[in-house]
Amino acid sequence: MALRPDLAKIAELVPEGTRVLDVGCGEGELMEVLRRERHVDVRGLEIDPELVERCVSRGLSVVQGDADRDLADYPDASYDVAILSQTLQTAERPDYMLDQLLRIGQTAFVSFPNFAYWRMRFALLFKGRMPVTRHLPVSWYETQNIHHVTVDDFRQLIADKGVTVEGSWFFAGGREIGGGNANWRAEHAVFQLSR
Amino acid sequence: MRPQVPQRMATALASHLNAITLGAPLALDSGKSLADVTLAYETYGELNADKSNAILIFHALTGDQFVAKTHPLTGKPGWWERMVGPGKPIDTDRFHVICANVIGSCIGSTGPASIGPDGKPYGMRFPVITIRDMVRAQVALLDTLGIGTLHAVVGGSMGGMQALSFAANFPGRTDRVLAIATTARHSAQNIAFHEVGRQAIMADPEWKGGDYYDGDGNGPEKGLSVARMAAHITYLSEAGLTDKFGRRLQDREEKSFGFDADFQVESYLRYQGLAFTTRFDANSYLFITRAMDYFDLAEEHGGLLADAFRDAGDTRFCVVSFDTDWLYPTAESRNFVHALNAVAAPVSFVELSAPFGHDSFLLECPALDRVIKGFVG
Repeated sequence: MALRPDLAKIAELVPEGTRVLDVGCGEGELMEVLRRERHVDVRGLEIDPELVERCVSRGLSVVQGDADRDLADYPDASYDVAILSQTLQTAERPDYMLDQLLRIGQTAFVSFPNFAYWRMRFALLFKGRMPVTRHLPVSWYETQNIHHVTVDDFRQLIADKGVTVEGSWFFAGGREIGGGNANWRAEHAVFQLSR
Repeated sequence: MRPQVPQRMATALASHLNAITLGAPLALDSGKSLADVTLAYETYGELNADKSNAILIFHALTGDQFVAKTHPLTGKPGWWERMVGPGKPIDTDRFHVICANVIGSCIGSTGPASIGPDGKPYGMRFPVITIRDMVRAQVALLDTLGIGTLHAVVGGSMGGMQALSFAANFPGRTDRVLAIATTARHSAQNIAFHEVGRQAIMADPEWKGGDYYDGDGNGPEKGLSVARMAAHITYLSEAGLTDKFGRRLQDREEKSFGFDADFQVESYLRYQGLAFTTRFDANSYLFITRAMDYFDLAEEHGGLLADAFRDAGDTRFCVVSFDTDWLYPTAESRNFVHALNAVAAPVSFVELSAPFGHDSFLLECPALDRVIKGFVG
């Protein structure tokens, strides 16, 4: 099974043999690739019990919990790498969650859908409706994405926090694209951060 | 071998017991020791040549070694037949499952009904035991059977306490630990309910200070029955009870304005209480509930729960709780999951949704089947 491009990029960047926490690990697709191909000691945190159940049956170590609340229980610097994929925009307070991530991991990978992607802008501009796209397929009233964020918004937040950007990668139409005009052109973004 | 089971159960059990007697006295947490300890156990499935496919299942308070075999006293199916057997989540076509009756119990292992060194039943002279003592006895059984490292230890409720105690005290003896609907310490509420049960037994005039074994009667049946009734309520959820009984009346059209079992729930509890007395010994109930009340894994390890698991190494843990279990609620599971996380143990945790309260682990819960099958491998 092919990983989503943002996950494949993260899998490629995680150093071999490290300790990794995957926050919002879903059914463990990334964890499985990391374990198999990068030989990392990977643990997951996932809120949905059915997804946790699937992870456990794949032999993965996943704790059911709410990242908004439970990240606080993880010790400082207990992981080399903390991953937050497609979860930031669902957080009660994305800024606090970033703090937790960088407290727990030496380095963090954060991926999120870019709400300033041109198709989104067009949908809002011409249809006057909240965009429903392939990657954000859920209507406004039932989406878990309560904090829509753009690439530039995210850059602003980490600049305000004084967090270092180790690297950034952008994706559209299932492929990686260059970083130029990413706020327009990127459907997804991956940032590697450190304190 | 001296008789280990209460006289009144002896005939029915006699031909069904597989047991060994440990070669050395068992040193207990109380500082005392127990000599000539007999452990009754059952096995299911073949042990492979390198003895690497053994799974030890720990039973709950009133459970026994008949996990997946018809119970010789009640004639009912084994208590976890839905989980253990050929092709079941714990597949006896692949694994060699061992389950031993805990010490202090009454289904063939040494307990208060056993005959002591002076030729009389121990009664209340039986030493107070702990969860760790129960585990020590079963590790001695594994040693006797020549089984070094287990594929997994598995337990629900008091069985889960033993699984945690096993992991903490015998690190390296198992690759996997599966703890279901359990806790790392008994809460004040847990102790309180147990105390109600014990006082009910001790208040029964037939209890006679625990020396009821040589009489013609069956001992403190009324007290034991009340103890079971109180405990049984804690195993079910309020919604489960409402669903099953509501306020429906038992075999009558209207209330009797008396104290018969007017309500179905009363009738059910009376039946559960009475049925229990035919398969369990009142003194065993006292000693095992005491062991559970004394259980505090953090206290045993200097007050910090994480220290209990400091040496767990690569042992994988899986913790399961149920959303309707108010006896050992999810918060208790999270408590030791945090401790396991703190020592970087590979731990999975899931709270499953099931309507039956604490007893959910024994009942129909397909998600539990999948988790167990997936974790045990």
